[in-house]
Amino acid sequence: MIFFQTEDLSIRFGGVLAVNSMSFGVDKGEIFTIIGPNGAGKTTIFNLISLIYRPTSGRIFFEGKDLTKNRPSDVARHGIARTFQNIELFEHETVLKNMLVGRHLKRRTTLWEQALFLPKVRREEIMHRDAVEKVIDFLDLQHYRDSVVKNLPYGVQKIVELGRALCTEPKLLLLDEPSSGLNVEETDDMAFWIEDIKKDLGITVLMIEHDMSLVNRVSDRVLAVNEGCVLASGTPAQLVAHPDVIAAYLGTGENDK
Amino acid sequence: MRFIFKTDYDQDIKLFKHAGAKFWYAVLLAVAIAAPAVLGKYYISQLSFICIYSIAGVGLMLLSGYAGQISIGHAAFLAVGGYTEAIAVKMGLPFPLSLILSFIVAGLIGIIIGLPAIRIKGIYLAIATLAFNFILEEVLVRWSSVTGGNNGLMLDHAKLFGVAFKSTDSFYYLSLAILVIVIVGVLNLLRSFTGRSFVAIRDSQISAQSMGVDLAKYKTMAFGLSAGITGIAGSLYAYKIRFISPEQFGVMVSIELLMMIVIGGIGSLHGAVFGAIFFISLPELISLVKNYLPEAIANQAGLQPTIFGFILICVVIFQPEGIYGWWIKIRSYFEMFPFYRKATFKRTKTFMKSDRLS
Repeated sequence: MIFFQTEDLSIRFGGVLAVNSMSFGVDKGEIFTIIGPNGAGKTTIFNLISLIYRPTSGRIFFEGKDLTKNRPSDVARHGIARTFQNIELFEHETVLKNMLVGRHLKRRTTLWEQALFLPKVRREEIMHRDAVEKVIDFLDLQHYRDSVVKNLPYGVQKIVELGRALCTEPKLLLLDEPSSGLNVEETDDMAFWIEDIKKDLGITVLMIEHDMSLVNRVSDRVLAVNEGCVLASGTPAQLVAHPDVIAAYLGTGENDK
Repeated sequence: MRFIFKTDYDQDIKLFKHAGAKFWYAVLLAVAIAAPAVLGKYYISQLSFICIYSIAGVGLMLLSGYAGQISIGHAAFLAVGGYTEAIAVKMGLPFPLSLILSFIVAGLIGIIIGLPAIRIKGIYLAIATLAFNFILEEVLVRWSSVTGGNNGLMLDHAKLFGVAFKSTDSFYYLSLAILVIVIVGVLNLLRSFTGRSFVAIRDSQISAQSMGVDLAKYKTMAFGLSAGITGIAGSLYAYKIRFISPEQFGVMVSIELLMMIVIGGIGSLHGAVFGAIFFISLPELISLVKNYLPEAIANQAGLQPTIFGFILICVVIFQPEGIYGWWIKIRSYFEMFPFYRKATFKRTKTFMKSDRLS
């Protein structure tokens, strides 16, 4: 069975064809990276996968099921979690509470049971806190557990957002520029974690990234896109040498004459 | 200074974070229960109003402070609660059931009003709720066969199992008991998934959605709960005044409710209660001070709204966290003594993202 697959995915904003009939597949257990110049449509692809945008045409398959008919809040139910390019945390809450929201779909109690805080609600809370603590341990966030997110440094917020996505126990994790705004050291840590997520947790990662050192280090396969179209795909080494990719990033030199 | 060492998950879950908190809330409750023995009838009556406005404030706080959906039409839910109570009692429904009916009817209407909130937000939602307030006021006037029109409706004392809450003291205890039940219920929601989802919607809709929070469901839920709780306050209000008419639930009341929770401190239940205390005691304070003011000012019409508005402006500029924020500062001054520094609560400017409490 194909793990994740987009089929002729397109979206049009007025006259702009932001994503043009794009097809690519991700295999279970790999780290798949999308690269491309600014405005290539990378984040749009993510927003299409999370169904925040409705595709103009084309379909998205995950584990054999067509996602396109679902609502945005159903994507997580299928096992797809994501982070955002510009951090989208619940910034007035603590790290712990942010991550507990990630457990939302695993809840089993109803509104009225929660209002009365029945023993089963307490048991459930403890169970979810246990799960969250495991993620906190995994990402070394113990120190920040009770800090309000907006007071944390940018780098830590990035990790918290990664942690919140992990709390949903995803099968596929979408990372939108995990290294943006991070310094060299933090980027290094991020690379470790992405590798750990793949190896220790067995989660497939689909990410958008600009930092080629990170891309080369962690990716199994890379897809290069430009102006909404697929340029090339292959291993990082193949891509860097691909003439179309070089042309997209650096220009061909033909226009200069 | 107090350090809380976490040794088990229950510590994050329980209502009282440490023994000190438990002690002080017990003292507060004891004082509230003992108040009628010390204070005169008039003050107990004002305390009942504080309880009633606190309930309405908690309702609005849940919606605006936690779920981040603004409403300038909450007086309408107050009206729905009050009128439902009056009509239900007239039809012979016994008291606790009629209160539950007020909660349900106001909640259902809240859900209907909440439906457009799925699509609109911020200033547009404010206008929609404002419009709803106008419409409802008009409906109450015109639908005179049920509501009595401008003549309003009269109510008897609330009766529980044949015992009427006739005296000021007994009604105060009733209001206090309901306030405590409402606050505990809302706190329970806030420490479980529903409350966290509300806050998630307030802070970032897009990521709440990608965590699987159904925006439509939780926004209407917030509206329904908030309206229901405000409806309960409306019922108690009707019993307290024992006469309700449409002009008691005008837009001004909605704005006052909103001002109340902003001055009290938006985003905390303490704020709702502090706001209600402030709101009820301000007229008292003004009438006390009046005697010492020059004639020309003291007898000026509109003195109270002016002062109220001036205080609101000051709060928004100097103390956006409201009275509760003030309280926290004073408390931490004593907790950290002598290490408290002025800069501890200095607001830092962050340029990463705009505040989006609306």
